[in-house]
Amino acid sequence: MNHLSWINGVYIISCILFAFGLKFLGSPETARRGNWLSAMGMLLAVLATLTSREIISFQWILIGGIIGASLGTLVALRAGMTQMPEMVALLHGFGALASVFVDWSAYHNHTPDNAIVVTAIYLSILIGGVTFTGSLVAWGKLSERLPGKPLLFPGQQMISILTVAAIGLLAIPFFLNPSVYPVFLWILGLSLVLGVLLVIPIGGADMPVVISVLNSYSGLVACTTGFVINNILLIVVGALVGANGIILSYIMCKAMNRSLNNVLFGAFTARAKKAAGTAKGEVKPISPQDAFLILESARSVVIAPGYGLAVAQAQHAVRELGELLEKNGADVKYAIHPVAGRMPGHMNVLLAEANVPYDQLVEMEHINPLMDSVDVAIVIGANDTVNPAAIHDKTSPIYGMPIIETFRARTVFVIKRSMASGFAGIENELFYYDNTRMIFGDAKDVVQKLVAEFKAGN
Amino acid sequence: MEQHIIPFIYLLYILVLSVFLGFALISRVPPLLHTPLMSEANAISGITIVGALIAAGSGDAHSPLTIFLGTAAVAMAVFNVVGGYLVTERMLKMFKSKVSVHSAATAKAKS
Repeated sequence: MNHLSWINGVYIISCILFAFGLKFLGSPETARRGNWLSAMGMLLAVLATLTSREIISFQWILIGGIIGASLGTLVALRAGMTQMPEMVALLHGFGALASVFVDWSAYHNHTPDNAIVVTAIYLSILIGGVTFTGSLVAWGKLSERLPGKPLLFPGQQMISILTVAAIGLLAIPFFLNPSVYPVFLWILGLSLVLGVLLVIPIGGADMPVVISVLNSYSGLVACTTGFVINNILLIVVGALVGANGIILSYIMCKAMNRSLNNVLFGAFTARAKKAAGTAKGEVKPISPQDAFLILESARSVVIAPGYGLAVAQAQHAVRELGELLEKNGADVKYAIHPVAGRMPGHMNVLLAEANVPYDQLVEMEHINPLMDSVDVAIVIGANDTVNPAAIHDKTSPIYGMPIIETFRARTVFVIKRSMASGFAGIENELFYYDNTRMIFGDAKDVVQKLVAEFKAGN
Repeated sequence: MEQHIIPFIYLLYILVLSVFLGFALISRVPPLLHTPLMSEANAISGITIVGALIAAGSGDAHSPLTIFLGTAAVAMAVFNVVGGYLVTERMLKMFKSKVSVHSAATAKAKS
């Protein structure tokens, strides 16, 4: 058995460990073990590769490794849970650029001599370039270093189309004579530009989809790089990550009842048909004191949180309220909409951080059938995800989007700063329902007042 | 330098089967864990380190550009791997069941 087959043998073990890592993420009890197994797989792959005869000097590996490991540790330990989406976007970006550099050095050392490798290089630098700058823009938007609104400028669509066309046309000279360096650099450069052009017109609220799509791209780059450097491990892992991104993009789109196409290119098709919202009636405000009296006698309470909860930093106060309600004999659950938060599953992490047990975090599909028997539903920092117009108002822009059906609870409390509308800019008719009571104020303030009432009452 | 090229068609086989494996595994991950899932996927996509190591370790035989690209790729891939796994571990540590939250609370009360 030669040395290369020995390394490939170790790679198989790595693949098995990666697969089990993902399998164990199927349940919160085994998830941590899965993450460790996966990390072991990575360590094995790295150690096996280091024995490769192609590696002559270790000094640069050491330098790169130390820089990467220290920055990675620093960022991973410092990032707050609300910053998770931007951290993930950053990781996507650098992962993709790492692959692009691997392709580049392969191209630099050895002019590709067959169509498959040329195709793989072309796709790698295209997808990798787009993923790198696209992720950086997503990171900027998520961390509010860039405005979250869709950025549009005159002629943008034309420039994007021309860029795509140019990258497409450059394929011809690249395939005819791959050794022409400037062509390679132009494809890479234009792909970097394209990444920016693709993500800047997408609004902050759609970032969960963008992150998922970039996730699948970062997998695809690893995959195509595997074809460039003839490495099985990259292909397997790239496919796993690519599948992950595709599944999550699909789930996010379904949760918003929009097509991927609409999310990614929606800013260009005029969205002016915003219905003014026909919601009418009277809003019924209630004080935290009166709300407490209703909550005190509630047997079952569902809390429907939105990203506004995290913005107000109210997670811990909400968890405290939840515990007091439980002590008071109520059954407390949290209803989690798939797009609550800035990335898939984000709200669960935010509540888990505040020590809410995961058994209380219930998915939308599972909570909705129980909603009729709920005494009080508390909406905190959520808006569009609880708007009943999505169910019956065919003129509403969010019609067809699945929602948490809080309106079916006996009483609904909506904690809200003012009557301003949500991301989609639509009036929420839930606020005017007979069983809805509005508690105006900052989410954290209001919840703390409720907590204080409970403590005074006992 | 030993050259042992795996034929394209085998790579394609592996790709297709891996995509199926990915869909089978990932569709079983509950939405509860989708954020850690994504950060773990991030970490494993740092697997490109395998290619980066070879580029960075190729000695000065080829050119300074290779060394530069390889070293930068190693740094970014390691950033991905270390950052991804660490942040996943941090998140997963926070997910506690009702039982463990309560036992932790009583332990705290006792001490």
